[in-house]
Amino acid sequence: MKRTDTMKTNSTAKPIVRMEKLNKHFGPLHVLKDVDLAVIPGEVVVIIGASGSGKSTLIRCINGLEEFQQGYLDVDGKVLKPHGKASQALQEIRTEVGMVFQQFNLFPHLSVLENVTLAPRKVRQASREEAMNTAHRLLERVGIADQASKYPAQLSGGQQQRVALARALAMEPRLMLFDEPTSALDPEMIGEVLDAMRELARDGMTMVIVTHEMNFAREVADRVIYIHQGEIIEQGTPDEVFDNPQNERTQSFLSRVLTH
Amino acid sequence: MDITFQFDWQAAFASIPYLLKGIPYTLLISFVGLAIGFVIGIIFGLLRISPAFWLRWPAIAYIEIFRGTPVLVQVLFIFYGLPQLLGGPIDAITAGIAAIAVNSGAYISEVVRGGVQSIARGQREAGLSLGLSRVKTFRYVIWPQAFRRMIPALGNQGIISIKDTSLFAVIGVGELVRQGQIYIATTFRALEVYLMVALLYLVITLTLSLALRMLERKGLVGQ
Repeated sequence: MKRTDTMKTNSTAKPIVRMEKLNKHFGPLHVLKDVDLAVIPGEVVVIIGASGSGKSTLIRCINGLEEFQQGYLDVDGKVLKPHGKASQALQEIRTEVGMVFQQFNLFPHLSVLENVTLAPRKVRQASREEAMNTAHRLLERVGIADQASKYPAQLSGGQQQRVALARALAMEPRLMLFDEPTSALDPEMIGEVLDAMRELARDGMTMVIVTHEMNFAREVADRVIYIHQGEIIEQGTPDEVFDNPQNERTQSFLSRVLTH
Repeated sequence: MDITFQFDWQAAFASIPYLLKGIPYTLLISFVGLAIGFVIGIIFGLLRISPAFWLRWPAIAYIEIFRGTPVLVQVLFIFYGLPQLLGGPIDAITAGIAAIAVNSGAYISEVVRGGVQSIARGQREAGLSLGLSRVKTFRYVIWPQAFRRMIPALGNQGIISIKDTSLFAVIGVGELVRQGQIYIATTFRALEVYLMVALLYLVITLTLSLALRMLERKGLVGQ
């Protein structure tokens, strides 16, 4: 269900993420090269590329889990400085930007409910009751309301990832980042996680997703970005990128991942 | 000449009330010393993993010095050496507590470091990405998990330190061994008395082992 009806392509909408000429090095390795990226509210951007292309690093820069060396980055008007300097802006960005990780990263010593209520209580200073109500509502939404008192190790991978999604949503983020959310899952559990993400996209959440699920990308993305060796070399609507890629490296990548 | 030695159970039992007088000192020095050592261990263990060189190197120096020298030398230094520097005497019990504190503190620093470093990086990233500050991420996410993993090693250190207090007989602390020595000086029943001394240490350390095992089992919930 693609939402071509909205104003997402309107270039006058103020971007929630603005990245200009972003460069990142890991020692001698130039991981991101002059990356320009603007994400407008409500947009679903899917980043594809081979492993090691820098796509995960790119979205990890947005919430400061990776530092960058040169370039400009602001999230919702809050400017992130190069070299990962801890700042008030970084803290504010993290409270507004949710992230779902490949390995779920649930807190194993806390119950599902405690996983979801921790940040609202300790960061937003929500009352216990308030946080619990939100948590129950979100767990219901991702279809695991009946598992609230269990511990992460007692859940399947798909359930854990949905808890991780609920945990991020509990902070009422304005932007959600997904770093290969289904790559660590058994095949039969991928669908349930993608369904939850699909619903989130339908509700208008701004999302930046790194994934290898090309069918999913085609279905939910407003824009697909292909990144190769740290450079954005092609972007456009799913139809443009998947059906009519202009760059030959995009063509070659897609021919490798779409054949099976 | 008859050299058969008769083990005198009566002498052994008779020594117990006397030996028990040493136990409060053994326990006092062990527990207060370990409590301080734990605080030292948390502080220096965390400094040890600081990315800042100027915080890290004093921690490394402290750990290497106090882990690399014997407790006996440490307590002799504190009891006989420090007063010359400070110009006033140091009470033997205080010296014992201080020796256990700095010695166990060095080992516990390494236990804390290992525990904290064993927590997967993703845990920290998850905490930070939720907007928890670095301090809150540590307090609510990293530390509870790290502490659980530290329990067996902390138990080990507790038992080692309890036994180390026996060395403080040399500075005249009236702990278990010292009480035994005094009793032997009047009764000459070394075999019986030292056997009882050993058994009393075993009672203390086994109690601790058991308590830790229960704590560990409790800690396993949700893992």
